[in-house]
Amino acid sequence: MTETRTASDAATDEFDDTVRILGPWALVWRKFRRHRLAMWSGVVVILIYLIAAFGEFLAPVQIHETSVRNTFQPPQRIYLFVDGEDGTRRFQIHARGVKMELDRVALRRTFVEDESKIVPLGFFVRGYEYKLLGLIPMNVHLFGPTNPRETVYLLGADRLGRDVLSRIILGTRVSMSIGLVGVAVSLVIGVLLGGLSGYYGGWIDGLIQRFIEFIRSVPTIPLWMGLAAAIPLDWPPLQTYFVVTVIVSMIGWTSLAREVRGKFLSLRNEDYIVAARLDGLSDGEVIRKHMVPAFMSHIIASLTLAVPLMILAETSLSFLGIGLQPPQVSWGTLLKEAQNIRSIIEAPWLLIAPGTMIVVAVLTLNFLGDGLRDAADPHAQ
Amino acid sequence: MMGFLLRRIVYMIPTLFLVSIVTFIIIQLPPGDYLDTLAADLGEAGVEDTGVMDALREQYGLGQPIYVQYFKWMRGILLYGDFGLSFEKNRPVTDLIWDRLGWTFAISLLTLLFIWFTALPIGIYSAVRKYSVGDYVATFFGFIGLAIPNFLLALVMMYIAFKYFGQSVGGLVSPEYLDAPWTFDKFVNLLQHIWMPIVVVGTSGAAALIRIMRANLLDELYRPYVVTARAKGMSEFQLLLRYPVRVALNPFISTIGWILPTLVSGEIIVAVVMNLPTTGPLLLRALLVQDMYLAGSLILIVSMLTVVGTLISDILLALVDPRIRYQ
Repeated sequence: MTETRTASDAATDEFDDTVRILGPWALVWRKFRRHRLAMWSGVVVILIYLIAAFGEFLAPVQIHETSVRNTFQPPQRIYLFVDGEDGTRRFQIHARGVKMELDRVALRRTFVEDESKIVPLGFFVRGYEYKLLGLIPMNVHLFGPTNPRETVYLLGADRLGRDVLSRIILGTRVSMSIGLVGVAVSLVIGVLLGGLSGYYGGWIDGLIQRFIEFIRSVPTIPLWMGLAAAIPLDWPPLQTYFVVTVIVSMIGWTSLAREVRGKFLSLRNEDYIVAARLDGLSDGEVIRKHMVPAFMSHIIASLTLAVPLMILAETSLSFLGIGLQPPQVSWGTLLKEAQNIRSIIEAPWLLIAPGTMIVVAVLTLNFLGDGLRDAADPHAQ
Repeated sequence: MMGFLLRRIVYMIPTLFLVSIVTFIIIQLPPGDYLDTLAADLGEAGVEDTGVMDALREQYGLGQPIYVQYFKWMRGILLYGDFGLSFEKNRPVTDLIWDRLGWTFAISLLTLLFIWFTALPIGIYSAVRKYSVGDYVATFFGFIGLAIPNFLLALVMMYIAFKYFGQSVGGLVSPEYLDAPWTFDKFVNLLQHIWMPIVVVGTSGAAALIRIMRANLLDELYRPYVVTARAKGMSEFQLLLRYPVRVALNPFISTIGWILPTLVSGEIIVAVVMNLPTTGPLLLRALLVQDMYLAGSLILIVSMLTVVGTLISDILLALVDPRIRYQ
């Protein structure tokens, strides 16, 4: 390569210590790192996906385990010290036993802490059997009562006495993966149709654009509701999950297709694309080797921004009872438990806990996507 | 201008046609139809009334190919304004839906006004007082507004209203006014209730518009023409409203096309949670029991009215702002 060295190469050599030529990804990364909020949001998003992956390890109670005695039990507090009989205090993470009392006047049950009974808690305790990542059989859980026969409801229990914390942890897997899978589906549709539209133009472009305009001009919720309600209730969970994902991904692809089309249109007449085409590259090669890399970072950013939309769509549908169906656990089906004002008044934790998870996930994904978009834009300040 | 109008109206026709087809396919998706359910019920009860059944089958073409059914349904709508029969309630669909559609669109339009009247001043303030406490507060609430799903916000608001203000929640009026004739008291009572769905539905839209408005205005604020106007001694407030804000208003104009569909969508979900007398609960119920003509008519009319509403707003804006005619 030495004979093709140019003046600018030589110039770079002179300042070799101070100027490094960064690839486009390195530039994006450097800009992204400066964006504090987006960085931290990225960390939170990774944590949430880790929760989704290692759900059983983190969830102390089996999610379908019901307990009549603990229905609507409020969240239990965690205490750090135990007071000994001789007045000494020793460190022992524990929760207190809970007694159920029947209030005959108000005709309702109340749960009272029993100070004499302590339930020791610990890390890496034994519990129910599961397979880590669906492969490795294990029975160790990150946190829980040291005695496997006891249960602690750190975020309360629902109307069947199931542990809300464990259900939220395992619901993370379904809700977050629907976002990812849905985005993957809309990526394929969006890039394909947007690419066709922008690369070929003409009547194909017109047709696809009219179609996108059509989808955007009708209110989508009634249409999804119709589609989702058409899923037979007796379908196996996996099939329902897949169909819901596809329905949800219907929203994401239009904006993506428009963006891809815009990029194609502006790139199509760039000199280097024309040159590549004149060099005899096929359409597919031009797109793959020269055009896609040019807007890959934009696509990643808009994909990140599409994930929260899909999560919201899934939770909304499941909440209405026409998305995922109850034995399946997702944030939406969890919120279905808090559907009417009476259960919210009686058990606010059914609303607060899954609601917080949704807001945190959507918020951090939005921040992350914004940060990525800013970082991917070479003209942004 | 006439050409623009004509083109838009002509474009609308295939859209409406497509809407009707898609709607019909969707309501046909579940296996079986309501008459099957009805026949099973009647069979259990020991009633054999095949005459009525056959008449219904004939009228709606049930059991015939899907395009025949579609054609019969469409002919009824276009020629006689007959949207079919709600099988569950055994009444014509037209008896059931217009009130509810009226409320859905009333709430959606009020929400649109709410969004504009909050997003515009807050967006301007956020841009002019960039990085001030108020800007951060607005940005924070903007992000929260985007992140909370409508139905969750509705639940939270209902909880707060019930717990801390002791207000009866759900519905558009208190229970005692439900069947009462319209009086001033009932109207006041309506106002006490209706703000909640409006705020809930409007929050995410307002949040998005605040961010767009802020970003656009920030682009304009430091342009030379602003400096020139300031140098000529124009008062800051007048300057702001007369030039940069007018330029930055573009998103308000271009968003009107997509904002109405999302508002109608949002209203439908919120109505289910808050039990409002609008299309939401009726549609959900109709979908769940496969009351296909009721569900189909609701989806169809909501979509059509939205498309027409968007068209009207586009035309109004084309009258106001000549720039968008060429976009």
